[in-house]
Amino acid sequence: MTAADWITAVLLPLGALFALVGTVGLVRFPTLLGRMHAATKPDTVGLFLLLLGAAFQLPDLRSAAPLALVALFQAVTVPVLTQTLGRVAYSRGETDEEYLVTDELAEAVERARKDAE
Amino acid sequence: MTVLDYAYVATFTMLGVGVLLVLYRLVRGPSVLDRIVCLNAVSVLVVSAITVEAAVRGDTAYIGLMVTVALLGFVGTLTAARFAERRAHDRG
Repeated sequence: MTAADWITAVLLPLGALFALVGTVGLVRFPTLLGRMHAATKPDTVGLFLLLLGAAFQLPDLRSAAPLALVALFQAVTVPVLTQTLGRVAYSRGETDEEYLVTDELAEAVERARKDAE
Repeated sequence: MTVLDYAYVATFTMLGVGVLLVLYRLVRGPSVLDRIVCLNAVSVLVVSAITVEAAVRGDTAYIGLMVTVALLGFVGTLTAARFAERRAHDRG
């Protein structure tokens, strides 16, 4: 085994472990926003580690470059998704108020209502 | 089997268990938004699995597939979320 093989052998199970921990959170957490958090953040870290681990198995740096594109794409889309899902959950009244520390959106909604009048 | 082979088996096993856990939450719900979150989680796990497959084969031909699945997961999740929001407004 070469050094690259050892790096891959460490990074791939580590990345999969992150993904697995995220899905355990998706099953176990009590609130919708908590489950959404658990389903997205560790999965993203896990995918980054998997992509880095896979890059060491590819023949050269040029063929590994598109993997960085996948990582960049994931890093851009996940915040968009979570923000949209959080807003939809709020507008449907599915955010549990007892678990919220602050509710900044309520102030914004109130301001918008005042402006509309 | 070398250490690398064991690492591949462990990785695929963990990703497989992850998919099963996501499917459990997909069935349980309870909200439609939970199921939308599960949809996205499955697409990320599939991209992860294709990444490992690309490492096993040492082949770059899988990268187009990875980008396609990631794109479909993103657009699908976003569209489903927007539909869920619009239905909430119609009720309101």
